[in-house]
Amino acid sequence: MRNTSLKLAFKVLARRKVFTAISLVGITLTLVILMVAAAIFDNTFGAAAPESRIGRMLFVRTVGMYGPNSSNTSNPGYGFLERTIRNLPGAENVSVYGEAMTSVIYDRGRRIEAQTTRADGAYWQILDFKFVEGAPFTAADDAGDRRVAVISEPLRDRVFGRKPAVGRSINLGGQSYRVTGVVTAVPPTRIAAYSEVWVPIGALSSEQRRAFMGPFNGLVLARSRWDFKGLKREFASRVAREPNADPKEYKEIRAGLDSSFEAFARQVTGNRVARPALFLGSILAGAALLFMSLPALNLITLNLSRIMERSPEIGVRKAFGAPRRALVAQFVAENVVLTLIGGAIGFVLAFAFLRALDASALLPDSRLDLNLRVFGYGVLIAVFFGILSGVYPAWKMSRLHPVDALRGGSL
Amino acid sequence: MITLKDIDKVYRTERVETLALHNINLDIAQGEFVSIMGPSGCGKSTLLNLVGLLDKPTTGTLTLDGQKINGAGDKALARMRNEKLGFVFQSFHLVPDLTVLDNVEIPLLYRRMTAADRRKHALAALDRVGLASRVHHFPTQLSGGQQQRVAIARAIVGKPTIVLADEPTGNLDSAMGDEIMSILEELNSKDQTTIVMVTHDDRFAERTSRTVRLFDGRQVA
Repeated sequence: MRNTSLKLAFKVLARRKVFTAISLVGITLTLVILMVAAAIFDNTFGAAAPESRIGRMLFVRTVGMYGPNSSNTSNPGYGFLERTIRNLPGAENVSVYGEAMTSVIYDRGRRIEAQTTRADGAYWQILDFKFVEGAPFTAADDAGDRRVAVISEPLRDRVFGRKPAVGRSINLGGQSYRVTGVVTAVPPTRIAAYSEVWVPIGALSSEQRRAFMGPFNGLVLARSRWDFKGLKREFASRVAREPNADPKEYKEIRAGLDSSFEAFARQVTGNRVARPALFLGSILAGAALLFMSLPALNLITLNLSRIMERSPEIGVRKAFGAPRRALVAQFVAENVVLTLIGGAIGFVLAFAFLRALDASALLPDSRLDLNLRVFGYGVLIAVFFGILSGVYPAWKMSRLHPVDALRGGSL
Repeated sequence: MITLKDIDKVYRTERVETLALHNINLDIAQGEFVSIMGPSGCGKSTLLNLVGLLDKPTTGTLTLDGQKINGAGDKALARMRNEKLGFVFQSFHLVPDLTVLDNVEIPLLYRRMTAADRRKHALAALDRVGLASRVHHFPTQLSGGQQQRVAIARAIVGKPTIVLADEPTGNLDSAMGDEIMSILEELNSKDQTTIVMVTHDDRFAERTSRTVRLFDGRQVA
């Protein structure tokens, strides 16, 4: 952008204070909401401890059997995961862990509810929990069916009153578990890591070991994202070899080795669409676009009236040889400057809002940060909004007849 | 340099058809200083707009520097305006948010030129109209005569071969009008810049090399 255009953009905004203020309120509010949404999205699906390597992780969280008259969708069973994700070529590590479920800790007459997850030894190698005390339980603990547990720091504080917990026991559902480690709190938005108590999967019956459906999830750490395609292909071929337990009722078995967003999308769509991430992503993008369109329309109207005020300037520029493209670029750039200012204010407000949200009990243990990545999303959203609301008025402006424009113009 | 042959200009709305110019034939040679006169609404500005490639004739042919304009696209017309033409308007049309220097640089923004070169040319043009000391002022901080001098600097900064002036003295008192007229005369005599000027003032028309008179859209002299 030329220095003159940038100077002009700031001067136009400073001179038309009412227009600028009205525009900024609309832009800022829109961008705050979109940035908060982007922050929640990033804090759910972006890389952050204990899911720092989420970019290399693939999940199996949904399986289903589908027929013309009935369907059955569930989390995968242990047997299904053993058959489909063990020894996948291209996988660096593989874990099977349970769906977090509510269990009860009995402590000196108190009844404390806690989210409990069953996990194998590999779970602790793939996810990078921060231990404030002790260490995770091991594969040997899992194989030996030992009653050991890792608990979260807030739970330790509730049960043991901020005193060291390693080596002490908790009564979980009537059984005593020795605490081997304490980890910092995990936000509930983390797809694989969220829980308050982790215990080994331990002994399973032979039926459970073969089960197609169950209360488990699969987690595969690929060597790199480039291995995703091969991993998914091999997984699909293994799923295709799965025996159909009821061929009369069900004609198809469907499951996916999914990225975190794909896994979420598959659950939300009930495993019923071929490309759940694309489907849900399109809906979310459409909703964001729809949400932006109302303030964008408002800004377009304001911009059109602003063009009328600046009609002689447009006429002069055209008279002196400004091509349409240059005029469109100038006006869109001016609008992007305005939305970037709105974005900067929005970023500060979104930061304050997320801090308040973290402090509230609305999302327990949430850590909604505005990191550099979210800042990047914010800039992209602001620029997109600026272009969305600037292009039409700019195009209309560029089509003004120079003689009409010099006279004061009519669009 | 400029040739208009059998030019008609008709403005059409849904209900009304207005013949603004009829059968205009005009040759303007390089280095001429031509004034256009006539009563209000006779088509003077329309004629100037056609010569300035700001509007297109309904019929007839317009040739500029040996190049036929009829059928040229918007992009080509914009390039020709940028390279060959300079405009001076009655109400100056300076951009109020820009300094004098930035205003004068406007035509050069649409050329391949560095910022330093733009600045150098703009300063030279302002020096020529005697406003080198006002480069960082804003238009509203200047008198009408000074604003019109800035407008002339903007018109000549790109070294056009033709300057089109639409009543350049119309909003000025006689002293300031004289000042502007002298600058235009100097441009014409020293640089051989072709000047076409619309005016209502006989005194200024007499100082040009030729006067074209229009009446009801027709050329009467």
